[in-house]
Amino acid sequence: MLTWPNFYSQLLNGLALGSLLALISAGLTIIYGTLGVLNLAHGALFMLGGYAGYVAYEETDSFLIAVVAGAFFVMVVGFALERGIIRYFYNRPAEDQILVTFGIGIVIVELVRAAFGNLSKTVPPPAWAAGVTPLGFMIYPTYRIAVLGIAAATLAALYIVLYRTRIGMVVRAGIEDALMVNMLGINVYRVFLLVFGIGAMAAGYAGIINAPVVSLTPDMGENILVQTFVVVVIGGVGSFSGAVVGGLLAGEILSLTSMVDPAYSEVMLFVIMTTVLVLRPQGLLGVQGRE
Amino acid sequence: MSLLEVEAINSYYGDSHILFDVSLHVEQHEVVALLGRNGAGKSTTLKSLMGVVAPRSGAIRFEGQRIDGQPPFAVARRGVQLVPEERRIFGNLSVAENLELAMLTAPDHWPLDRVFATFPRLAERRKSRGTDLSGGEQQMLAIARALARNPKIILLDEPFEGLAPIVVRDLLAVCRNLAEQGQTIVIVEQNIAAALAMARRCYILNNGHIVYDGAVEALKAAPEVMTRYLGV
Repeated sequence: MLTWPNFYSQLLNGLALGSLLALISAGLTIIYGTLGVLNLAHGALFMLGGYAGYVAYEETDSFLIAVVAGAFFVMVVGFALERGIIRYFYNRPAEDQILVTFGIGIVIVELVRAAFGNLSKTVPPPAWAAGVTPLGFMIYPTYRIAVLGIAAATLAALYIVLYRTRIGMVVRAGIEDALMVNMLGINVYRVFLLVFGIGAMAAGYAGIINAPVVSLTPDMGENILVQTFVVVVIGGVGSFSGAVVGGLLAGEILSLTSMVDPAYSEVMLFVIMTTVLVLRPQGLLGVQGRE
Repeated sequence: MSLLEVEAINSYYGDSHILFDVSLHVEQHEVVALLGRNGAGKSTTLKSLMGVVAPRSGAIRFEGQRIDGQPPFAVARRGVQLVPEERRIFGNLSVAENLELAMLTAPDHWPLDRVFATFPRLAERRKSRGTDLSGGEQQMLAIARALARNPKIILLDEPFEGLAPIVVRDLLAVCRNLAEQGQTIVIVEQNIAAALAMARRCYILNNGHIVYDGAVEALKAAPEVMTRYLGV
């Protein structure tokens, strides 16, 4: 049923989903841009963040601790993965990199399934963001508004780190040309480690922020991975602002299309991606990287 | 002991053998030209020195220490700096950021003022992004970025390629000035006149082999060598 309240509500849903997608995609696009490795375990890390937050919440009953612990845990997992596995694949063909990250994703999903089972888990929103908020023309779940704010604030923080700090400058240079960074005396492998850890953390953090909106299942990352991948292609590989714009665009497309017919929401997403690829193969805000 | 000593290195790209037992040495304060036709292995030699390509055999010693097999960042920290043929300016970083990045791991780096005094044009464009620079400005920045690290040896790979004659003249003046101040330089250049105007000694590479090693004066007096290996 197409009504204005329904439309507004879907518009807001799209914004909330989009800001989350932007956050996850920012991690994926920066990892790919810097390391040159397409991290197909990114969806699994998103899911892992949700579960890590769930465990922390069950133990402490504190949403804040759940968020911090979830994000931190996934960052540590990211560091361990980079040191233990990913770094051995930097000089290997892309197919090897894709297979190994895909494999890591499967292992993470199955470990979580083994530990927590297939039944979904839920994390309630924090007390201050429970219930609904009247917006005048409609009422809307308070936590979804909070998600929007949290994601926006996090993206702003990421932006500041990337564009206003020294380490951000090194990462931006690395996205463009990691070998030149290496030749200028910077231990680029340490930068890779940091980027993979932070990128993983962004996914895990989004996973726990998103947990109160959805229910947690071990395979929840699969859909997100596909959507995130589309966002990165639309926005331009390696582009932080592209991830933000692409994320919001994808969120709205998914949300508004499903108002008309949910079955077509992903179809529309791929229509937009294809259109972007035809008209602007480097993505909306893509940087011309170097091989 | 030479500043840089290369002993019979063999380098490959994948399975293709590019350098065959290449040996050379560079003394402190010396300017050495590395000449040869396209595909002779000049760039591969410089990349091997920088650690971008790891030689499969042989040894590279810098200040008496082995540097072959070390990653580029470690080689750079010892004071070797390659200015790559493709310039590799960070297009999304400003001129100032490109320089700042280069200085990060160089404790004795030049002050920014000295860089800008050497290349006044870069001072005017310090806030411009790398992609907005002209070819000549990009080459200036590529050289400035290397110099800013105050390297003990600078490896210039085709610094004058594709530049307007007037830009070549200016850059050549900067390079000669540096040489006079005692900067050790290895230059690879198709513009033989420009290379020989700077260098005192030169090597000629042909199909991955060193075929000539001698003073620039001696090479100028041997037109048959120039014709045979350089086609001039």
